[in-house]
This record gives sequence, C-alpha cells and structure tokens, in this order.
Amino acid sequence: MAKLVYFAWVRERIGKAEEEIDIPAGVVTVRDLLNHLRTLGEEYEHALQYPEVIRVAIEQEHVDHSEALGNAREIGIFPPMTGG
Amino acid sequence: MDHPTPTIRVQAEDFDLPFEIAALTAGRHDIGAVVTFSGLCRDEQGALSALELEHYPGMAEAEIRRIGALAIERFSLLGLTAVHRYGKIMPGENIVLVIATSPHRQAAFDGANFVMDFLKTSAPFWKKEHAVDGAARDWVSAKDADDQAQEKWQ
Repeated sequence: MAKLVYFAWVRERIGKAEEEIDIPAGVVTVRDLLNHLRTLGEEYEHALQYPEVIRVAIEQEHVDHSEALGNAREIGIFPPMTGG
Repeated sequence: MDHPTPTIRVQAEDFDLPFEIAALTAGRHDIGAVVTFSGLCRDEQGALSALELEHYPGMAEAEIRRIGALAIERFSLLGLTAVHRYGKIMPGENIVLVIATSPHRQAAFDGANFVMDFLKTSAPFWKKEHAVDGAARDWVSAKDADDQAQEKWQ
C-alpha cells in the first residue's frame, strides 16, 4: 500500500486529496504509476492525460518519471509549481 | 567553517519585514549587506480579488530549507530567512519573503535571487486566482521564464 497525495488541479480533477492504493505488480517506475492511474477512471485520465507535465515526489522529495517506486509510502502527484 | 542554519517558515499569517531583518542582524558586527525581497499579491489591473495558495505541508518547508542551504553554501551567506505564506491572500498583501545577509552586497543580492529562482520552480506551492466577480478563475500556469531563471544558476 502507498498513500497518494494530490495537489492543485490534479487534486480537483481526481476529486480527492489523497487515497491509499495497492501498487500492482508490473508497476515499477513513476511513469508506470501515472499510466496505471490513468486506467482507473475518466477523472484520473482528465488529471493525468499529459503525464509529461506532471511532477511527482516520493517521501516528499522530487523524483524523475524514470525513478523506481521501491517501497514508497507517500507519493505526491501535482502540477508544475507556481509559488513565490 | 560551519554554515549558518537558515530560518524557514511556511505560515498562513503575515510576516513583519523590520522584525525579520532585526532577527538576522541584531548584535552582529560582521554583516555588511542585507538584501530583502518580498513578493506581494497584485490585482492584475483590477481583475483579481484574491490569490489562494495551496502547498504540500512538510515538503514545502523541506524544499525551501534545501534551497536555502544551497544558497548559504554557494554564496557564503552569513544568514538567510525565507517565509512563504499559504491560504487566501488579498491584493497588496505579502506572499513571500527572502532575506540574505553577507559581508559584501553581491553575495546577498545573488543569494536572495538564487533562493527566489529555485523556490519558484521547485517549492511545492500552487496559486489559484479568484476574480473580482467572486468566481474562482483558474490555477496560475507555470512560466517558462521561471525555468529559464533557474537554469541560469547551473
């Protein structure tokens, strides 16, 4: 089980701020996870239809899409940042 | 040489510039330069009633702290404070504060600039605009110019 946390328009489009999911066998990298989530329903597809713009953090640290999920406990999924 | 520890805060409430400057400089005789940057909410020619700032609790602080430590090391800063607000912020109100101190001005200018450039592109905050008619407008888009501003430090 991993906790997924969503922010900004990713959160709004998916319709929840966080959820626990089982990561299926075969979902190894961040890219795999984003593609897997897109199969879960149209709200996920709407949020993640352009996965290349989506930013991901594992245990609250930025990671590339090629990063292995390993035993990640918390995976943050969000749009490019616009603070400051 | 031991590097100073940056003061990093992520908070809903406003901050006070003179207080924050005094906290970095009080009792010190080695500081020759204090550079302060504060970012405010603007109303976009009257169209905007507020900004709503969402953040990733925990990661937001950690990321600013990481950026602050890089700046202190790279520019040999004597001190650094960075404060970023979240929640609903009205036009004219403060959003973000960066203060860098150093013996001479260039390091303090560069340190504050570096922190802002990296904060824009890697600290997990998102701005949503609210229009004057009460409608939520939309999430602010990330700007290529911000990525380019960060890349100049590579």
